Amino acid sequence: MLAFARYERPATVDEALQLLHSKRGSRVLGGGMWMRLSKRTVPCVIDLSDCGLNTIEETDGAFRIGAYVTLRDLERADAFNEATGGVLNAAVQDIVGVQFRRLATVGGSVFGRFGFSDVLCALLALDTEVELAEAGRVPLAAFMNMPYERDILTHVIVRKHAYRASYQCLRKAATDFPTINVCAARWGGAWHLAVGARPAKARLVVAAHSLSERPDSAELASIVEDVRALTYSSNLWGSERYRRHLAGVLAARAIADAAGYTEAEADALIATLEATIEAKEVRA
Amino acid sequence: MSQNLIEVALTLNGKNVTARVAPDTTLYTFVRERGCASVKCACETTNCGLCTVWLDGSAVLSCAIPMARVNGREVTTLEGLREESAAFARCLAEEGAEQCGFCSPGLIMNVLAMEREIRERAAGQGVEPTAPTDDELNAYLAGNLCRCTGYEGQRRALRRYVAERFAPAAGTDQDVSPAPATATAGEERA
Amino acid sequence: MSMIVTRAEERAHLTHLGAAEVKKDAAALLQGKPLFTADIAPANALTVKILHSPHAHARITSIDTSRAERVPGVVAVYTYRDVPQRRFTLAGQSYPEASPYDRLILDQVVRYVGDEVAIVAAETEEAATKALRLIKVEYELLDAVLDFTQAIDNPTVIHPEDNYHVNGAWINNDRMRNIVSSGLSEHGDLDEAFAASDVVLERTYHTLANAQAMMETFQAFAEQDAYGRITVTSSTQVPFHVRRMVAGALDIPQSQVRVIKPRIGGGFGAKQSGCVEIFCAFVTAMTGRPSKILYTRQETCSASNSRHEMQMQVKIGATRDGQILAIDLYTLSNQGAYGEHGPTTVGLSGHKTLPLYNHMRASRFAFDVVYTNTMPAGAFRGYGATQGLFAVESAVNELADTLGMDPCELRLKNIVREGERLPQYDDNTLYSCSLEACLTRAMDMIGWREKGMVRDMGSHVRALGVALAMQGSAIAGIDIASVDLRLEETGFYTLSIGATDMGTGCDTILAQFAAEALGCPTRRIVVHGVDTDVSPFDTGSYASATTYLTGMAVVKAAENLIAELRARAAEHMGVAAEDVLFDGERLLAYEPGVLAQASAANAGTAEFSGIYDDVDALARSYRVATQAPAVEPVATLSLTELANELAAGGNGDCLTAHGAASSPTSPPPFMAGIAEVDVDKLTGKIDVVDYVAVVDCGTVANANLARVQVEGGIAQGIGMALTEDVQYSVHGRMRTDSFMTYKLPTRMDIPPIRVDFVPSYEPTGPYGAKSIGEIVINTPAPAIASAVAHATGHQVRTLPITPEKALFGE
Repeated sequence: MLAFARYERPATVDEALQLLHSKRGSRVLGGGMWMRLSKRTVPCVIDLSDCGLNTIEETDGAFRIGAYVTLRDLERADAFNEATGGVLNAAVQDIVGVQFRRLATVGGSVFGRFGFSDVLCALLALDTEVELAEAGRVPLAAFMNMPYERDILTHVIVRKHAYRASYQCLRKAATDFPTINVCAARWGGAWHLAVGARPAKARLVVAAHSLSERPDSAELASIVEDVRALTYSSNLWGSERYRRHLAGVLAARAIADAAGYTEAEADALIATLEATIEAKEVRA
Repeated sequence: MSQNLIEVALTLNGKNVTARVAPDTTLYTFVRERGCASVKCACETTNCGLCTVWLDGSAVLSCAIPMARVNGREVTTLEGLREESAAFARCLAEEGAEQCGFCSPGLIMNVLAMEREIRERAAGQGVEPTAPTDDELNAYLAGNLCRCTGYEGQRRALRRYVAERFAPAAGTDQDVSPAPATATAGEERA
Repeated sequence: MSMIVTRAEERAHLTHLGAAEVKKDAAALLQGKPLFTADIAPANALTVKILHSPHAHARITSIDTSRAERVPGVVAVYTYRDVPQRRFTLAGQSYPEASPYDRLILDQVVRYVGDEVAIVAAETEEAATKALRLIKVEYELLDAVLDFTQAIDNPTVIHPEDNYHVNGAWINNDRMRNIVSSGLSEHGDLDEAFAASDVVLERTYHTLANAQAMMETFQAFAEQDAYGRITVTSSTQVPFHVRRMVAGALDIPQSQVRVIKPRIGGGFGAKQSGCVEIFCAFVTAMTGRPSKILYTRQETCSASNSRHEMQMQVKIGATRDGQILAIDLYTLSNQGAYGEHGPTTVGLSGHKTLPLYNHMRASRFAFDVVYTNTMPAGAFRGYGATQGLFAVESAVNELADTLGMDPCELRLKNIVREGERLPQYDDNTLYSCSLEACLTRAMDMIGWREKGMVRDMGSHVRALGVALAMQGSAIAGIDIASVDLRLEETGFYTLSIGATDMGTGCDTILAQFAAEALGCPTRRIVVHGVDTDVSPFDTGSYASATTYLTGMAVVKAAENLIAELRARAAEHMGVAAEDVLFDGERLLAYEPGVLAQASAANAGTAEFSGIYDDVDALARSYRVATQAPAVEPVATLSLTELANELAAGGNGDCLTAHGAASSPTSPPPFMAGIAEVDVDKLTGKIDVVDYVAVVDCGTVANANLARVQVEGGIAQGIGMALTEDVQYSVHGRMRTDSFMTYKLPTRMDIPPIRVDFVPSYEPTGPYGAKSIGEIVINTPAPAIASAVAHATGHQVRTLPITPEKALFGE
């Protein structure tokens, strides 16, 4: 059980930031989902509940999602999901259960940068920035590689595009962590593929502009190779070999789905693609 | 546990409660200490759903909520929903689907919250609420584990309950009556 | 041994038995009333917490508790130096237990990661938790045996201690070789049978140490009563055995211990071992204060007991046209660090599998059960049969695939039938069996013949797989059940039982048996939980015993009570007892001889005495003449009048009848299960889309509760087959010690489960009933494995069948 030596509930993000800097070992509280997994005592826990970070604001150019928006809020944010190919809805709907998702926060999921995160994987494929109280706006892909700074993530910003997107994952059991998750999104004239649960944190593969809006199987094969060239490793949820294979399959399915192929067309395309890759492997 | 106690004021099952608690005390511990024995714990990892209570009318996991966050809010446990829960409880009992009964309160809390949510949503859209399908029920209640029943008896109870409580969705078969509770009722899907 | 033996025609007259009666405790459970152990523990009970070993095998060289003892609120810290030195077992079995006495409350040697090192008792949970962290232990690390295939004759001996004790030579214990138990049973000439076979397959199968994962963790509390005795309230399946365990561990007479069982949040066998009771009992005995121990999920997963991991080598021989001629089965069972249930569990892997193919010319079953430095195994629904059936049923499926035969047709050619003598089942005669009908019914339900075993559905392949199962009903000659049935003022009845309802509904089902026998509504029977001071002895709820055995005890008690009622009413009405009929509400006196004529068939009091007796000759009606003859009675007395008179003093005599049952045979229930699965061609993801199960549990005692047993067992079997993947680190630490890592099926993982019954009539069972509690977990793993093999060409022989194994093979 995580213990709080001190509990602070600032009224503004600025106050929170001051606390974070003035109290050694202070930490911002997210959804609190895994408090009971920890046996540590945190010298000062900062709760942002009063900082007004629990809304999704829509502007002409973007959705600005407060860090304390819950996964359940996100799942049910119709305008946001419609505008982003429904990938966040798809990504979070199998996370444990509604009672869990009503507490878990977007900020907690993103700040934690957990490898298994469904939310991160889906956001990473979109045109997403994070807003930090001190460092300001940072592209999500850059934030992924930043150290755990003493800063406060206040918002996640998803810019509007004419997204075509699809989220695919495989879970060994229905509400389990993903063995691999992939989100494909077409925007800005390119395909963006986020591959997570490798099990290391999600990586973004941006396909060259040569990959067309409706890729054929040769084009798909090239991106599957790129995806499979990422590093993978083994843990309780799958072996390195299986993950590498799976990432390729799910990447192809995600692109095919986002590109508007019917399931049957996509299957045929992927079957051809797998045959191509196998033939190549045999030659090699 | 924190040594610095904080003052909290909340409503527990309709009654005002004030207490001095450690801010990291979980809502689960708090309600159990106040006699809400229906709230159970089976996992400690937010996976089981047995500790489900309502916070401001929505079902949440009480084991993941520090009391500091409950100040000023409204908490409801099954103890506060005796009347409202009776109909679904009867459906479970008539199917033998409570079995050991240890996970039942958490399930009931989530089912009743779901019903509220469906009604509120429909009211917001100005339409009649419709009965959730089996798939919708499975998805909504996925966070409520049960080791005894294999969920099938709970599904029968749920079908029975939603058939009692909701108008059938447009275009669906009117006959959503539950399977007869006989030893040879295995064929209703065949 | 005494069992009433009856005829199948009896079933036609049942009125209360078989009804979908609502459980007597349903309303209270569904209101979330404080009924479970943790809910009713005294507020002033000390919190007991255990320091568990971080090492798989080590000797404690020093242990310093001084800092822990100084934590405010800590009352005591106990180590191996403080406990009695007489070894015992935590297996909930009849005395003399088959399990070796290899435990102490705390030992200087720790034998698995999770083993108990120290006990802390404190005023609060916080103080106890803090104290745990301040106990300083130094260990001398010993080599650990983590791979159970390397246990026999390993240089590391896990139980070399002098005071180790074995109750019976029959278990063939050879602990200096790490062998808990071994054995062999042979039938026929194996070499000849294999020589005559056209096809011989040899395969190795492997099942894991699954967690029972009942929702309520292990919990107990202890108090001292006015007489200085220790009262333990525990979430246990075996209160009477816990009494013996606690007395043995504390080295005090059993008369000094009382055990109470409140409502239980599931058991599935886990609570057939006494994982926590001894600790709080010890603390209360030492401090004189009430104490409670509530295990966390992590402790429940990693420091209690699990299913026995087993590796099974199967050699099966058959003719080209599908006549199974021989099976040779060798089972290696991983006992873990302590011997609970080792010698008995393993037996079921052979004796509940080979009899399915009873026409074989020859069979052999050999086994070894070995100690390792992993968590002790114990009882889990299915108890060895589950493991054995995964192996044998998979082998039969592989045989069918090899022969190019339909696996159902292959079975129909070979399966056991009613009336056969079973050489691999103690030579018992099979009095009841509708397995063939179960299988054909299951085939019809799923559309076996129309669908074909494999269909290409585009992105996935849809396939079918089948498996059969059997189990037992109580342990023949060992289990005993007894009940007391009391007539109360106004004419209701109190039924005292020692069987433990763990959510299964036996309190209600046993009341249904009483209502059936007494001819009254079930609500007129009052039942309560178990208290060893007042409940009659019952070995407990395990081994699929309760409906079959305690049910029989209830029927016998009811018959005894009816005889008493008739005698008392006869006195009252001035007639002879044999001229009084009890119809459930009234006692009716007739002219002499009228009843004798009407119920000549019911006159006998024959009881079953041996498994070779002529069952048909012994069979009789249960009912002691409840059908009123066509003539008018000469006098009548209502039950209420009689009850009130008996309770009123003067002529009063409060009537209590006793019934006990023990059976010389353990009649097997049977079952057929068929799984329909989708396997994704590219990811190997497996979705069970349909599951049908048809069960022969004899007479169904409660339509709802029997059905839920089947559905619940199948869901657990699906979990075992697909997601429950126990994994250990290289140092022997369990990596799957939470519901985050040990994946129980959610309702999203469980397909519609369709259940039907084809009840045979078991003449030795109460109203023809057999068991249902355990058999139901056995079919999913082999059926799903076969369906996946049909879909992918990969027969997975090590559970669970992960997408990865389905896709790549093992």
